[in-house]
Amino acid sequence: MTDIRAYLKNYGGPPLRLMEVCGTHTAQISRCGIAGMLSPAIRLISGPGCPVCVTVTAYIDRLVELSLEPGTTVLTFGDLLRVRGSRRSLNDARAAGGRVRMVYSPMDSLRIASAAKSGRFVFAAVGFETTAPVYAMLLEEAEQADIRNLRLLTSLKTMPPVIDWICKNQGGIDGFLAPGHVSVITGSRAFEPLSRKYGIPFVVSGFSGEQILASLYALVRRRGKAGVLNLYPSAVTAEGNREAQRAVAHYFAPCDAAWRGMGKIAGSGLALRAPFARFDAGSLGLDDDRSFNPRCRCAKVLTGAVSPPECPLFGGACTPRTPQGACMVSQEGSCYNYFVGGRGSR
Amino acid sequence: MKITMAHGSGGKATSELISEIFAKNFNDPVLDRMEDSAVVPGCAKIAVTTDSFVVTPLFFPGGDIGRLCVCGTVNDLLMSGAQPRYLTCGFILEEGAETGDLQRIAASMASTAKEAGVRIVAGDTKVVEGSGGLYINTAGVGFLHAGAAIGPERCREGDAILLSGNLGDHHAAILSKRMGIENTIRSDCAPLTEMVGRLLAGGVEVHAMRDVTRGGLGTVLNEFASSSGCRMELDEGRIPVSAQVRGFCGILGLDPLYMGNEGKMIAVVAPGGAEKALACMRKSRYGADAAVIGRVGPKGESAVLLKTTVGGTRVVGPLYGEGLPRIC
Repeated sequence: MTDIRAYLKNYGGPPLRLMEVCGTHTAQISRCGIAGMLSPAIRLISGPGCPVCVTVTAYIDRLVELSLEPGTTVLTFGDLLRVRGSRRSLNDARAAGGRVRMVYSPMDSLRIASAAKSGRFVFAAVGFETTAPVYAMLLEEAEQADIRNLRLLTSLKTMPPVIDWICKNQGGIDGFLAPGHVSVITGSRAFEPLSRKYGIPFVVSGFSGEQILASLYALVRRRGKAGVLNLYPSAVTAEGNREAQRAVAHYFAPCDAAWRGMGKIAGSGLALRAPFARFDAGSLGLDDDRSFNPRCRCAKVLTGAVSPPECPLFGGACTPRTPQGACMVSQEGSCYNYFVGGRGSR
Repeated sequence: MKITMAHGSGGKATSELISEIFAKNFNDPVLDRMEDSAVVPGCAKIAVTTDSFVVTPLFFPGGDIGRLCVCGTVNDLLMSGAQPRYLTCGFILEEGAETGDLQRIAASMASTAKEAGVRIVAGDTKVVEGSGGLYINTAGVGFLHAGAAIGPERCREGDAILLSGNLGDHHAAILSKRMGIENTIRSDCAPLTEMVGRLLAGGVEVHAMRDVTRGGLGTVLNEFASSSGCRMELDEGRIPVSAQVRGFCGILGLDPLYMGNEGKMIAVVAPGGAEKALACMRKSRYGADAAVIGRVGPKGESAVLLKTTVGGTRVVGPLYGEGLPRIC
């Protein structure tokens, strides 16, 4: 570990831009103060790894609308409450009489819906490959228990297509810290085509500070070479979790999906299949993405085109207490972590 | 038996509730007089504080709302250097609350008050419509010793920062219970009377004390940094967190630095007093895991810096956002 630390600190090769695309990695890099342990030639960039941050405003607007419909209650994870749509957040909707309840797990929504004597419930189902199997499980139980008052508003996204989009449209990324949790489901092999296509290394990383440092070291050593290295073998295999993949494929089919700041990306989402349409709360076509504050540069931050302090609102009009964009709301957001952790400066 | 609106009417049902549950448990001659106010001996300078308790669930591993509402107020008095003496308590009961629960809560308040060295001398009960909820407000009076001067503005470069034990136990216990997660994590809910008594009597030059409740250690130390104008320097590897809570945090993505506690305190002491202060804490009933977790840095930069276990340094900001609702 001492050698790895020294290597990363003293690296004097060509400048490298390495991207992490997992919100937990983003948070942990900030929590451990890792950016400050690297040579100035190594720059870490946070990609679109936070499911809340990549959600377009039309989706939030739809949730707000649903919460204000008589008899409908929106169930959501806490992170989503403060994210503003084009006009309002779910917290604002709640203050205006909307019905919104925070849950800790999607499975809580089953309990809430089945215990309710009246009313309809909509679960805000955001997430990546990691969370999709939980929604599949939820649907399976809802089917078995014949629960009819619960629907999902889905905003499910998949990682490889958006990495492809970034490499194609943004470029200049020299390697990816592949997402640990996503890889548990997809398997490390999911990143091989991308690695070959762009001739850059991918390293599947665990979540401790040491694991992240080791993965960064591997990325730097493998710079300029294609290949996927799995440094999180205790949880990730090449094929991934087949059972979870099957469950997801049973309920969901790939679809085009809109990402905040990137627009529609072909095949980058998951939508409920036709036989399960009764569980859908109107998830299709929520593509509009108008920022609440037109000066917010979340969109550029998400793709690594600008770093958070380059946004004119950062630290002034936009702080965790007065977030203008989703990246400052979520604890996995790049702007939030930059703000609270002073990333990179020390 | 369930609480009904009649229990809040001020009539017979109210007086039965008061005499059968509160007076019996609290057992104090001043309270028993049932006057409009408690008249008690005082001193030249007193500390006064109040706090309301809305925790859910009412009973949790390691404590209950009764123990919590005594500890919260007692600890606030202690942190100003006062000796807690009297408490008042106001109950707001929702229709449908169980008198059996109330009995358990009153008994828990009584035993905690005894442990903490305070008397419950006045109280009030109201009943509102609802669905069985229960809320308690406590106010406390403490006697200040002449010459006691404790406050975060007194932190100076070189002072040692001590933490009295493991972080996150209360937060994790409440969250586990709410989420139905089975583990053996227990709330740390406790009065710190003995610990503070030892510190102040032990000849240690204490500059600042604060109980680490909502907002967690990160928030408390940011307040210290801005009051004193000094940098607070922490060493992550020395901050005690139990293995079980650490695992729990890992799974849920929580940071122990921002988790609420109900029986933990920070003490900032003059450089030479660190060892003595640590010994005082560790000798106390709730201080076995106490540790020196950092030092006060130079004036000029009001920030909290953490040296991480992997060898990086990061800024620890105050808690932003909601934290966990209804934790105390």
